[in-house]
Amino acid sequence: MLIKISKSNQLNENSVTDENIYHSRRKAIKQMGFMGAGALLASSFSNQAQAGFFDDEPETFKTTKLNFTSDNNKELIKTPEKKIISHNNFYEFGTNKTDPQEKAQQFNTNPWQLTLSGECDNPHTLDYDDLTKAFPLEERIYRMRCVEAWSMVIPWIGFPLASLIKKAAPNSKAKYVAFETLYDPKQMPGQASRRVGGGVKYPYVEGLRIDEAMNPLTLMSVGLYGKTLPPQNGAPIRLVVPWKYGFKSIKSIVGIKFLTHQPPTTWNILAPKEYGFYANVNPEVSHPRWSQASERRITTGGLFARNRIATLPFNGYGEEVASLYKNLNLKNHF
Amino acid sequence: MVPKLNFYIKVKDKVLWLKLVIHVSALIPLVNLYFKAFNDQLGADPVEAVIHFTGIGAFNLLLITLMITPIAKRFKLGYLLKTRRLMGLYAFCYGLFHLFNFLAFEVQFDFYLFFSEIFERPYITVGLVALLLLVVLAVTSISVIKRKMGRRWQQLHNFNYLIVLLVAIHFYWSVKSDVTEPIIYWVITLFLLRLRIDKFKSWFN
Repeated sequence: MLIKISKSNQLNENSVTDENIYHSRRKAIKQMGFMGAGALLASSFSNQAQAGFFDDEPETFKTTKLNFTSDNNKELIKTPEKKIISHNNFYEFGTNKTDPQEKAQQFNTNPWQLTLSGECDNPHTLDYDDLTKAFPLEERIYRMRCVEAWSMVIPWIGFPLASLIKKAAPNSKAKYVAFETLYDPKQMPGQASRRVGGGVKYPYVEGLRIDEAMNPLTLMSVGLYGKTLPPQNGAPIRLVVPWKYGFKSIKSIVGIKFLTHQPPTTWNILAPKEYGFYANVNPEVSHPRWSQASERRITTGGLFARNRIATLPFNGYGEEVASLYKNLNLKNHF
Repeated sequence: MVPKLNFYIKVKDKVLWLKLVIHVSALIPLVNLYFKAFNDQLGADPVEAVIHFTGIGAFNLLLITLMITPIAKRFKLGYLLKTRRLMGLYAFCYGLFHLFNFLAFEVQFDFYLFFSEIFERPYITVGLVALLLLVVLAVTSISVIKRKMGRRWQQLHNFNYLIVLLVAIHFYWSVKSDVTEPIIYWVITLFLLRLRIDKFKSWFN
């Protein structure tokens, strides 16, 4: 006969906490945390300082791996992926930097339609699958300079906008290219509420001169860090114009139109004295809110990271793009 | 024999407990903030995070300071007045951290940039003026100095009303597009000043 003698510290199956209770306990602690910490310093900011303390992982958007040719540039220190996908200006999902990651995870990118129209011989529409399959994908490690004087280094995956434009075959009247973000207030809370969306008139629109759009640096991005874009970074397809301030690089694009005239652009409409049509990175023209002479490069390290560096004309891409602006006074056309 | 229970807490103890609560509630968020910021656990840009947190924290504390007198009068809780100085000093402390964050982590001791930013950006100029005034109030809050100043002490500390207005302007101007939050703060600020309308009127009579 087998006689089992349990040690006093041995746990039985029936002493295991039920999974449901375990999870609801986490929820209860989380609520308590918010109540306590909110008592004195209650503010809309509270989320950031408290985030991560009692947080369970939120359900995240599914990204998929992409096939692409790699960028062999090893000089630039890349911003960690975690930071690229958690620090976004995408007012369609709220004005705090962390809002887009928090509120965009349910964003639906498939089906998607990107329509090319206007002054061109081959107007056409790309479907979701076309975005990653119509053109060979390549990695481009670019500096991204925000007008707010911070910057990142991001390994984008995409294809040159020039390839897409060539396929659409713009006619000789096409002098400008206009871009438009999806307008869907049901999915984008910032479009449904002026307060959430920062008082911006939606849909977000941007534009380039056609020669800027044709420049080999100008990228249509469908991914970063080897995978399709998460919604907060502009899934499923966005523009990347590395020598211009970040707000030119419009996200979640549904329309590209060839025009005879310069199109209106969102931030220029909102504050024409602060944001110009060109918005080329220029250390010599300071913004009323921020000096543009230097920037903080966000990579790793906490508060002590000595990351303030000089800002370069055209964000360091002068060699490739300065010739586009030979006859333009960049102080007036900021 | 049943011992006599006494639920009455002495005023002195009430003030003591209240002050303890203020110390804890003001210091814990600060310690938590910097602990996370140094360890890169405060989002992608800890610099922006610490600047915003201490800035809004200073404004909140300043408004709480201004709430004490009306609440004490309305509910006849005179002992609350004894917490005003501590509250005001914490508002100043948060403001000081706010400026230090800007100098140390935003411009990273680039003094040329620091001063040019202060003079070229009106929202920063206004914020700095408010903080400098707070320095004066903090220094003169020392009991010995207060006593020596006599009547002029109150006159000087009436600058608090100007300070809170400057801070409200500073916040409003610093926001890039959506001004909902600064407007809410303006409403609270003006409400708290409105409660002192008789005082303001008496200055001009």
